Amino acid sequence: MRTLVLWAVFALLLMVLPLIFDSVLGVSILNQMAIAIVFALSYNLLLGQGGMLSFGHAVYFGLGGFLAVHAMLLTETQTLAIPLVLIPLVGGLCGLVAALFIGSFSTGRAGTVFAMISLGVGELLAASSLILVSFFGGERGVSADRTFAPPFFGVDFAQDVQVYFLAAAWLFVSVLGMYLFTRTPAGRLANAVRDNPERAQFLGYSAQRVRFISFVVAGFFAGIAGGLFAVNYEILTAGNLNAASSGQVLLMAYIGGLGVFIGPIIGAVLLTLINSLFNHYTTLWMLYLGLVFVLTVMFLPRGLTGLLMMHRLPWQQGRLGLLIRPYTLTAIPGAVLVLSLIGLLEMSQRETGPFVYLGIPLAPGSAMSWLALLAVAVIAFVALRRTLPGLRAAWAEATAQSPRSLEKGDAT
Amino acid sequence: MHLMSSATRLLRRHTTALGLCCLLATPAGAQEPIRIAFIDPQSGTFDATGESAYKVLDFAADYFFNSRGGVLGGRPLEVVALDNKASAADSQLQLRRAISEGMQFVVSGQSSAVASALSTTIERHNSRNPESRVLFINYAAVDPLLTGADCSFWHFRFDAHADMKMEVMTSHIAANPDIRRVYVIGQDYSFGQAVGTAAVTMLAAKRPDIQIVGNELHPIGQVKDFTPYISKIVSSGADAVITGNWGADMVALGRGITDAGLDVPIYTFYAAHDGITGTLGESGKNRIHVVHNDRANPVLNDVRRDFTLAFKAANPALDVTQPRLVNALMMLVAAMEAAGTTDPYDVALAMEDRRLTTMTGEEIWMRADDHQLFAPLNVSVHTNEGVEFDSDNSGYGLVTRFTVPLEDTIAESSCHMTRPTR
Amino acid sequence: MADALIFATLNGLVTGMLLFMLASGVTLIFSMMGVLNFAHASFYMLGAYFAFAISQQIGFWPALLLAPVLVGVLGALVERYGLRHVHKSGQVAELVFTFGLAFLIEEAVQLFWGRATQDFRSPAALDFALFTLFGQDFPAWKGFMLCISVSIFIGLYFALTRTRTGIIIQAAITHPQTVANLGHNVPRLFMVVFGVGSALAGLAGVIAGPVLTTFPGMASMLGSIVFVIVVIGGLGSLTGALVASLLIGLLQSWAIASGLGMADLLALLGVSFPPDHALRDLWRLTLPQVAPLLPYLLLVLMLIFRPSGLFGKRES
Repeated sequence: MRTLVLWAVFALLLMVLPLIFDSVLGVSILNQMAIAIVFALSYNLLLGQGGMLSFGHAVYFGLGGFLAVHAMLLTETQTLAIPLVLIPLVGGLCGLVAALFIGSFSTGRAGTVFAMISLGVGELLAASSLILVSFFGGERGVSADRTFAPPFFGVDFAQDVQVYFLAAAWLFVSVLGMYLFTRTPAGRLANAVRDNPERAQFLGYSAQRVRFISFVVAGFFAGIAGGLFAVNYEILTAGNLNAASSGQVLLMAYIGGLGVFIGPIIGAVLLTLINSLFNHYTTLWMLYLGLVFVLTVMFLPRGLTGLLMMHRLPWQQGRLGLLIRPYTLTAIPGAVLVLSLIGLLEMSQRETGPFVYLGIPLAPGSAMSWLALLAVAVIAFVALRRTLPGLRAAWAEATAQSPRSLEKGDAT
Repeated sequence: MHLMSSATRLLRRHTTALGLCCLLATPAGAQEPIRIAFIDPQSGTFDATGESAYKVLDFAADYFFNSRGGVLGGRPLEVVALDNKASAADSQLQLRRAISEGMQFVVSGQSSAVASALSTTIERHNSRNPESRVLFINYAAVDPLLTGADCSFWHFRFDAHADMKMEVMTSHIAANPDIRRVYVIGQDYSFGQAVGTAAVTMLAAKRPDIQIVGNELHPIGQVKDFTPYISKIVSSGADAVITGNWGADMVALGRGITDAGLDVPIYTFYAAHDGITGTLGESGKNRIHVVHNDRANPVLNDVRRDFTLAFKAANPALDVTQPRLVNALMMLVAAMEAAGTTDPYDVALAMEDRRLTTMTGEEIWMRADDHQLFAPLNVSVHTNEGVEFDSDNSGYGLVTRFTVPLEDTIAESSCHMTRPTR
Repeated sequence: MADALIFATLNGLVTGMLLFMLASGVTLIFSMMGVLNFAHASFYMLGAYFAFAISQQIGFWPALLLAPVLVGVLGALVERYGLRHVHKSGQVAELVFTFGLAFLIEEAVQLFWGRATQDFRSPAALDFALFTLFGQDFPAWKGFMLCISVSIFIGLYFALTRTRTGIIIQAAITHPQTVANLGHNVPRLFMVVFGVGSALAGLAGVIAGPVLTTFPGMASMLGSIVFVIVVIGGLGSLTGALVASLLIGLLQSWAIASGLGMADLLALLGVSFPPDHALRDLWRLTLPQVAPLLPYLLLVLMLIFRPSGLFGKRES
């Protein structure tokens, strides 16, 4: 019952979002988010659920997208007449077929060997895409006009917001589909094979077969994301298949959090916002992204949702309130430290001239600005070191198992 | 839930701050600024050329217009840099951002692929949303198709396209009786292929006795060491090399040729600026030739000299690498003033068939048929003698040896433009 | 034709040995710690940039010594404070960490040195032609590169088979637990090996920087090829890395030099296709065009049929 309510809320949210963020840019970003979410969730089927690290997942996204845009092109030249709402399915089927082929030889092993094969296949395809010009369009890519598709109940999809509803519908269906897959025996077995392949095999299941199924399903949904990309942007280029795109989805899934189903959704939303908006404020956004990523891998291996999940136990025990004060005490110097470091980095990129940072005028030419920021950073660092032990103690207290919860057998 | 609108407001504030940051205090017009979107890579490995281009455009807007009272009755020009990370999809996103903020002019050009995608997107957007049309100023993407089979009413190109430049290059080579064997090498994509095809056809027409001893395409951005290709050039006995390479490929090729001790002239489009001149240095002296718009040294008039000096004073590490950006801006403003409005449709009509004298004193002409600019084309040589303004602060720069007047650069139009209605 | 072949072979050798310098570090690290270091090519890039910065202050030859040392120290620090921390989260986390590190280093380089190509040149002392063959010079710098890489191979071989530490390292490759039980400080060994491996990458960067141009994309350019080599040669085998490096270097060089293509093959078979045939891209393929693809093709084939590589002792 509770899950039904959640799904209804999700559907409602999807319908309401474009009314809130109704600018041209807003709708555009929402569309990009929808595509990213489907892509990241498909990647999680491999990595989070199956434990298979792939460096070439963008291949299925790209191939699906290219076939989709070719289908749109055929509709445009009136060789075929495929309704636009079915184009993502075309992409999905292409991703499926590609995954069937490539999965047949690459899912034999997990771990490093799988990662290497995925890298090799990814690079191979990315490099071929510039050579096989008839399908991949060379460096200009392939472009098609979506308004030539047969209208869907009078809608010709000329406006971005109409595309949004198409994307949102497919997003809902895909999320539901992938969620249900994780609940099937195949999906559950994927978890088992991830954690202990030997044991799963002793139980009679072929690890290779299980991985293969996950691989193919992941390829299918990646293809759908590619089809959505084709509908939204009306162009696919070789850059959509390459290692950088595969790297992007890895970032999304990892930062969002691998273990929980909604982790990649959060990661996709966040990364889309960063990629679309941050570059407007600073040219160093990729550096910050890289730092965030490395720090996440080191200190938050379960991602942001993992961090949220950590609070579940204190919340269940009603001890969440214990953490409020230590959090504020550490958050303030922490934020000041981060902001002052960012200020120093940003200042290094401005040659001379006034630089307004967070409302404070600074002068990169004068040593005073540098020293002032440095001093602020040092003070914040010292303060942080003082407050951190307090936070640790509070956490220990908040997560200490009370006898009552142990009785209930609540072993989280 | 006004996240987006407050974000947009923050965006506006920061954009204005960033836009004015490096410059002289401009007499702030109480008038609404005319905002121009500059959509090109501003981050990542492609940024080197994007950053200097933006700075030149931004500086020119202030130097020629904002400091002299603005445009259209006192409105200041504001150039907003939007990073497209050299990708077609991101360019669309940045275009949407520009439209969201009411901008009506888009400047781009680093990549032909992106320019092509942008041109298509803008064409589609303008027909689907006539109330928020934008105009596309292409300052550097030289794929001939953009003013040929793929031409668009909303697209204006301010650089000579590949075929025009090849005509000049091949004429220059044809005029040299010592050159009998030519080797063509280029990046394996539409531009490199176009250069190769043009070289073969045009040389055959002008000097049938010249042998094309090689027509090689190499994978773009992938070749680390050109020595195997150089070996082929050497064994072919070539006495001239033609290439359209740019960026890291140009540096590597140039270095490879000089390392091998091959003393032949190299004819290029892009072997200058953004680190390339500095890297080629002594080894490229009098060997590297560049075909380009915008006359280099010697500087013929004071307007250009003063502009370059002022720019270098504000940006010591950069050079005025693409003066055609300034030409584009000047023509755009002239069209706006003539039309009396910023409405893209009227401005486009005003730009058609317009002639203008640039800051260098040359005359340029925007043809109405295909929205292609025609200007004198120059063949310059990489050297350190007679260089008033060098590149990369290296002491080396381009000296123009040969200029083709505007009339002789005019190529036929193959554009069949669908002209929109008001 | 013969001159092209000779030069192609020479070039292939130089490229191959350079790739070996990089691959040897990855192989060492992988053999010992089971970690495939994505950031290895980034250390290579750092070596080039550090050497460039140092050479601008105190000259090239001090840079040749100092830069690899700096990179090695950095590598050791990364192992001690980064990799070791991530180790407990599993193999996938380690791979992802090195991947993130590679990304971060590339951005950091752009932060400090900007995005343009750096004017890093070989020293004037070696700026002459070693010999001239059929009208083409062979730069002395390339000869120097060859010398250094060959000495590295010999040095590594001796260090691993004749010194005490080397033998312990070899033992730790196949029996890490036993080595720890025997009382050796395995974590410290790991740190040293990672540091030395990174220093080797840095040295490769110092040498290759002037030739392959020093710019922020230099790591991603070579990164995947190095993994291809390590996998093809065999995860864990130094000889395998050497053979694979030379193989790839020579193969690419010959492919470019040959200029053969599908057209020649089709002509041989007496088959021809119309210019607008659906598969025209395939018929127009030439060997130089597919040269960059060959290593990846080999990689995929090797992983399917013989995952332990040509000489491998250990899979993963």
